Amino acid sequence: MQILDLLLCLILVPLIAALFLLVVRRDSWRALIVQLSAVAIGIVSLVLLILGFDKGTLLYSVASEPVSQVMFFIEMILAVFILYLGIKHRKSLTIILILLQAGLLIWFEMSLAGHLHVENNLFVDQFSIIMALIIGIIGTLICVYAVGYMETYHNRHKELRDRRGIFFGLLFIFLAAMFGLVFSNNLLWVFFFWEITTICSFLLIGYEETEEATNNSFLALSMNLLGGVAFMAAIIYLAISDPAGNLLDLNYLLTTGKAIALVPAVLICFAGITKAALMPFSSWLVGAMVAPTPVSALLHSSTMVKAGVYIIVRFAPVLSGTTEGLIIALVGGTTFALASFMAISQNNAKKVLAYSTIANLGLIVACAGVGTYNLMWVAILLIIFHAVAKSLLFLCVGTVENRIGSRDIEDMGGLIVRMPRIAIMMFIGMAGMFLAPFGMVISKWAAIEAFVTAPFGLIFIALLAFGSSATVFFWSKWMGKIISVMREQTVVEDTVKKEKYSVLYILTGLVVVVCLIFPLMSSVLIEPFVMNIYGKTALLSQANIIIMIMMLCLLMIMPFSMLFYRKGAQPVMLPYMGGTPMEGPMHFTGSMGISREIVLSNYYFEKSFGEKRLSLFGTSLCGGLLLIAGILLLGVIV
Amino acid sequence: MTYLQKSPWIVHYNASSCNGCDIEILAALTPVFDVERFGIINTGNPKHADILLCTGSVNEQNKVPLKNVYDQMPEPKVVIAIGICASSGGIFRECYNVSGGIDKIIPVDVWVPGCAARPESIIDGVVTALGILEQKRLTMLKKGSSDNTKAGEAV
Amino acid sequence: MISETFEPVFYALVYILVAPILGGLIAGIDRKVTARMQGRVGPPVLQPFYDVGKLFEKENPVVTVTQNLYVLSYLVFMIFAGALFFSGGDLLLVIFAFTLSHIFLVLGAYASYSPYSHVGAERELLQIISYEPMIILTAVGMYMVTKSFFVSTIVSSPVPIILYLPGVFIGYLIVLTIKLRKSPFDISTSHHAHQEIVKGVTTDFAGPNLGKIEIAHWYEYVFLLGVIWLFFAWNPLIAVVAILIAYFLEILIDNTIARVKWQLMLRTAWVIAGTLGIVNLGVLYYLRMVVVP
Repeated sequence: MQILDLLLCLILVPLIAALFLLVVRRDSWRALIVQLSAVAIGIVSLVLLILGFDKGTLLYSVASEPVSQVMFFIEMILAVFILYLGIKHRKSLTIILILLQAGLLIWFEMSLAGHLHVENNLFVDQFSIIMALIIGIIGTLICVYAVGYMETYHNRHKELRDRRGIFFGLLFIFLAAMFGLVFSNNLLWVFFFWEITTICSFLLIGYEETEEATNNSFLALSMNLLGGVAFMAAIIYLAISDPAGNLLDLNYLLTTGKAIALVPAVLICFAGITKAALMPFSSWLVGAMVAPTPVSALLHSSTMVKAGVYIIVRFAPVLSGTTEGLIIALVGGTTFALASFMAISQNNAKKVLAYSTIANLGLIVACAGVGTYNLMWVAILLIIFHAVAKSLLFLCVGTVENRIGSRDIEDMGGLIVRMPRIAIMMFIGMAGMFLAPFGMVISKWAAIEAFVTAPFGLIFIALLAFGSSATVFFWSKWMGKIISVMREQTVVEDTVKKEKYSVLYILTGLVVVVCLIFPLMSSVLIEPFVMNIYGKTALLSQANIIIMIMMLCLLMIMPFSMLFYRKGAQPVMLPYMGGTPMEGPMHFTGSMGISREIVLSNYYFEKSFGEKRLSLFGTSLCGGLLLIAGILLLGVIV
Repeated sequence: MTYLQKSPWIVHYNASSCNGCDIEILAALTPVFDVERFGIINTGNPKHADILLCTGSVNEQNKVPLKNVYDQMPEPKVVIAIGICASSGGIFRECYNVSGGIDKIIPVDVWVPGCAARPESIIDGVVTALGILEQKRLTMLKKGSSDNTKAGEAV
Repeated sequence: MISETFEPVFYALVYILVAPILGGLIAGIDRKVTARMQGRVGPPVLQPFYDVGKLFEKENPVVTVTQNLYVLSYLVFMIFAGALFFSGGDLLLVIFAFTLSHIFLVLGAYASYSPYSHVGAERELLQIISYEPMIILTAVGMYMVTKSFFVSTIVSSPVPIILYLPGVFIGYLIVLTIKLRKSPFDISTSHHAHQEIVKGVTTDFAGPNLGKIEIAHWYEYVFLLGVIWLFFAWNPLIAVVAILIAYFLEILIDNTIARVKWQLMLRTAWVIAGTLGIVNLGVLYYLRMVVVP
């Protein structure tokens, strides 16, 4: 089987599945199509890995003219559609931006496109394979989970229109667009798929059709369109610089040397920043949490926002050593620190996950912006580990929300008694985000070791040190909340569907496995990729890898020690409440003899780490930084 | 001497005492008497303590908390009733709301009478209690922990 | 060579066997000196060993059996991290392993729903995040002077590290007060006297579990003082003297300064220690990269 066939398969199979899902009415057929396509896509992704991992960069030409025409046609239809919706909901910013983008696109088609010819439209290399695995395995798992989730969701929210056909259709169109994005070599094609993901995100955020959802969806759309305009500007710049179209070949652009590539690189990285919701554009991602959980898991943590950082990491070799690259890295670094601080003050579980996602994306961009060879290695590691752990957490939170009816962390107290298996999986997911020896700590460790030799690395190390302390705080207090053993509460877990469990088990297993096999991943995929670009590659020393694995084994063995502590072998007593008389579980006799409930609440420190203050600070700081980058860029052009 | 005798930790509970005996207990910790040289630490937490020093004549409100504090202490443990109020109710014995002596609520091992009991007597009482503590520990070892297990579900 | 690969394992084993004894003695001397400062006689120097021996003689009541797991994990990973340090491993990994072990203590406190335990756990987390940036900066500072994160290289470096990292050293001493649970920063649990939250993080642990926590603290003391040694590694005699002086200062500060609220602790640790650390490292960076490349 040719690798090109695999690529086309991965782009087209989800598309076909989407078309079926848009029309099918029966829930059971829908579930079947989702599961079959998920398995198919997953298998094809794995086959791609097996066949393609040692082949280096492969370029393919596909008939570009008819495809480009179709793309332009679709883009125009979508522009009209957005214009219509913008007018209907009276969103002037959206209208302006879509008119601007469409205008640029039309002008481009009219004047420049005719002469352009890009020979190789598709390509695949190790980084694309990694992204494809994330989309193909984690993405499809989330879609399978979504089937069960949406059924419960609509049972709970009977007032919402049941548009599940559109929902699942959009999910699979999105998957197709993501595959297209990571396999495209032609920047015009990248832009097309980029815009498709923007539209999917817009429509999915607004799924609930409430006023809040609609407003947030337009916020996301506007910010992403702004990025799209920058992307379009980059394409026009490149087309003007080389009318034959050679510079629109991504692979060629990246290897051709810095001078000509810097301006479009910065513009496209700006688009990446808006898509990855770094400051000052983070409000759209936080607002997007109103969408159903599978949307948050798929688009807004594992995949779409990864497209933003994917493109920035691709351009890292161009940015490395430049002032603009440093500025982009600073935007990422300050986002990491500030978003981590803001997560401390949030008690809405999905908002905590959103801020954590924004923070980690900021860290990836900080690594990519400085762009040395070992930082590139770290950035890719971060992408993998974060996608796995964060999707698990989102899905668990979704399950918990469906069962207990609340997203508030304060309502998740004692979850280990009410939903033991989910609580343990959440525990592993959270551990995966901040505890040694799991992936994120490996990445942060490698990041510190890499920044220490990079120019201006001290600033980033300081941001990393303070930001990662903040992450320890908010993850630990959430962890503590769910493992608190509050007795005699009803176990609600038995009502959770089996399919959801299988997805969650697989993801939990992945969190552990990905950590165990990371030396293998590194040597097979990441190091050759970095070597290819920089001529040298990074690796953690042998001894440290062994120690990491030792720690992981110790951690896994610990729960088995529980077997030595048999139930009933030890006296069990009440927690110390100062001797106060207890009246049944979780109640005590307060003063005046009144029975009071025991309520334990975490610290949120609204005054110090509140959203308003920090977000204002972050927006101004990062906005200012981007302005400086823009001015520098003008200097280069003029 | 065993470890238990070299490191007896106390928890001090006031069951509606006038605070006289309590002040004398705290005085024992001050530099003049310095019971820490015997390894005695005043932990505020029954779960960490071996010896319960209890003062006061135990009114209605104190019955359940006193029992709770006693129950939360892990074995082996001893109880010392400090002051005449804790021993028999003292001058409050006939009050309507007073139980009259903590041995009505929990088993007592050593009584230290006095009003207020002097620090020297208190220290003497603690030293006596240490011997009893050692005996309890040996009993506990012989029996195993079987009669100390409470029923209860565990996660 | 066999002896070369065996050396780290040997040092790790020495640490595992000797550190509790050393740590217990340090704790004992601590109490004796504190007592003398307060005009008392104080307990015998071997008192901590009697305390732990007694704790293991008591029965082991728990609020939930998961507490056993968390305490055991705390102890095991504390030993692991310390052994990694003394066997010459990567200093950053040692720091992350220590954070891991402390999180287990916090989780053990969260597992019970006592309000004292809960507030103690929250405050313990605050302590952890207060000192973490500074010790990461310490490790980075060590790298900048010796070009390596590995303790084995740092310890054998002929360079007087303290001369290059004075600010970092002072910052480390400030957060050492937090790590050693000394007043003014002993907000989560303390070894003496009453707490406004009873025993804070260790409230709901009893008997052998409490004993294990105490032993873990001893392992930790040895590691923390070992980091001070790194600053003076080029001259072992001066290093010992520095450790003694630093620990004496800690005891003095413990006995003279009252406990502060968490805001002041967090601010002190982050702002003062961070500023000292970052300025020191910044100056070092400038001198190394710009003045003398």
